[in-house]
Amino acid sequence: MIRDITIGQYYPADSVLHRLDPRIKLIVTFWLIVVIFLCKSFLSLALIALTAVAAAAISKVPPKMLLKSLKPIVIILIFTAVLNVIYTQGGAVYFEWWKISITQKGVNTAIFTMVRIVTLVVISSLLTYTTTPTMLTDALERLLSPLKIFKIKVHTLAMMMTLALRFIPTLIEEIDRIMNAQKARGADLETGNLIQRAKALVPIFVPLMVSSFRRAYELAFAMTCRCYTGGEGRTRMKQMKTAFRDYAVLFFCAAITAGVIVLNIYFKTVI
Amino acid sequence: MSEKIIEFDNVTYVYDAEDEEAEVREKPALSDVSFSINKGEFVAVLGHNGSGKSTLAKLCNAIFEPTKGTVKVKGMVADSEEKADEIRRIVGMVFQNPDNQIVATIVEDDVAFGPENLGVEPKEIRRRVDEALKSVNMYEFRHREPHKLSGGQKQRVAIAGVIAMQTECIVLDEPTAMLDPKGREEVMQTVKRLNSELGITIVLVTHFMDEAVQADRVIVVDSGRLVMDGKPKEVFSKVEKLRSFGLDVPQSTELCHVLGIKEGVIGIDECVDEISKYLGGAR
Repeated sequence: MIRDITIGQYYPADSVLHRLDPRIKLIVTFWLIVVIFLCKSFLSLALIALTAVAAAAISKVPPKMLLKSLKPIVIILIFTAVLNVIYTQGGAVYFEWWKISITQKGVNTAIFTMVRIVTLVVISSLLTYTTTPTMLTDALERLLSPLKIFKIKVHTLAMMMTLALRFIPTLIEEIDRIMNAQKARGADLETGNLIQRAKALVPIFVPLMVSSFRRAYELAFAMTCRCYTGGEGRTRMKQMKTAFRDYAVLFFCAAITAGVIVLNIYFKTVI
Repeated sequence: MSEKIIEFDNVTYVYDAEDEEAEVREKPALSDVSFSINKGEFVAVLGHNGSGKSTLAKLCNAIFEPTKGTVKVKGMVADSEEKADEIRRIVGMVFQNPDNQIVATIVEDDVAFGPENLGVEPKEIRRRVDEALKSVNMYEFRHREPHKLSGGQKQRVAIAGVIAMQTECIVLDEPTAMLDPKGREEVMQTVKRLNSELGITIVLVTHFMDEAVQADRVIVVDSGRLVMDGKPKEVFSKVEKLRSFGLDVPQSTELCHVLGIKEGVIGIDECVDEISKYLGGAR
């Protein structure tokens, strides 16, 4: 079971979204998130929501998987909807009881906010579905490289991130092994109150720490052996090249932003 | 004979040598070791636990600096960081635990790590990575995640990582110690092929006799001293001497030794031949 974990949630497929330059994908994702918050009318929101749906269709990521990424936010969605309905007042009154009244404006705001959150999650999970963690950290390294003038070691940070990702499955396996070993020695991990259980974790974390340091030491040796001396003078096998499609996507984003602004001006604002 | 690639000249190595007192107190991990390895050789370094064989491996590519004596790689001594780097371009290393030497989350990215550090052109890296993965028979796995591979496969990825750097010599520090018999066989096949087909010098540190037998030359280390050096046949013919170093001999050698037929018999085929000859049968 533990061997099957995937790091991140990358879904391998061959689509335009998968082939886009990861740097462009990162920029576009942040850009679209900003645009989502610029939306003020239903029509402009519809435009961006449609864009998200179209992108999802192009990505070849099965809708089931996208729905799965929406699962953790269901509670947040319900919560915000209820609060919006109760606290936003104005327009025709649909229903009134005791101190609670449901008005047109309240319902509108609730729907608006829900669609907004769903679109936001769909767009950002599309990024992680179509980009491997390695590509993401690489893209981040390159986008942040101007920070070098402030003496921030961007390469080192990116390398740390890559290594952390790489060792997650290894450490999970290790925890599993240590837990079994302690159970075999009679450790009780499942009963008792909170404090007792927290105490029971000590004999798991101490060996984990020790072995992590040993691993780090060995890894450092291995990296030295492979001539790793930091970011300077390094080349990359996988070059990031912007192609025509990347510029097309950027242009498309600009068009959508313009559309959203125009629709905001000409149609009634909801929020 | 041919060109020397690694030369040890009266090498002594003491852990914590910076500490004056420790030098007196602690036993050296290696003391006064001299030998040289020729280009294209396949050398096995044998020794039981704590004999200093791992230390010897780490001295080969400037990870450790000798306390006394010199280690030369192609005539170079690692007296500066640049030189050490230069030496690591000639002598690559594979460690015991494959999990602790894989850097990337995708097989091909990991193999590319070495050449990337050397500053090789992207296209050339691509070519080297593909070639290296093919030479260890892992090409089909290039897009997989390392943690989903078996131990033997991971170790072969690690070997590919060194091949892609195009080092002339590969030092393997007990590469099979953590593997099951199948993984061990995979790795040994790969190592042997690298030596015979690509002409890469191999230094294999091991405590498995059956692996040492496959080398051209066997060096035996005991308590930090080089005690035997020769062809597998010569070394394994001295069963009692090997035993005194806490080492066993390969099963076929032992059988012929116990039966008193012949010393230094290596491999099942030779063993069968010798026994049938002894029994007067023909084969």
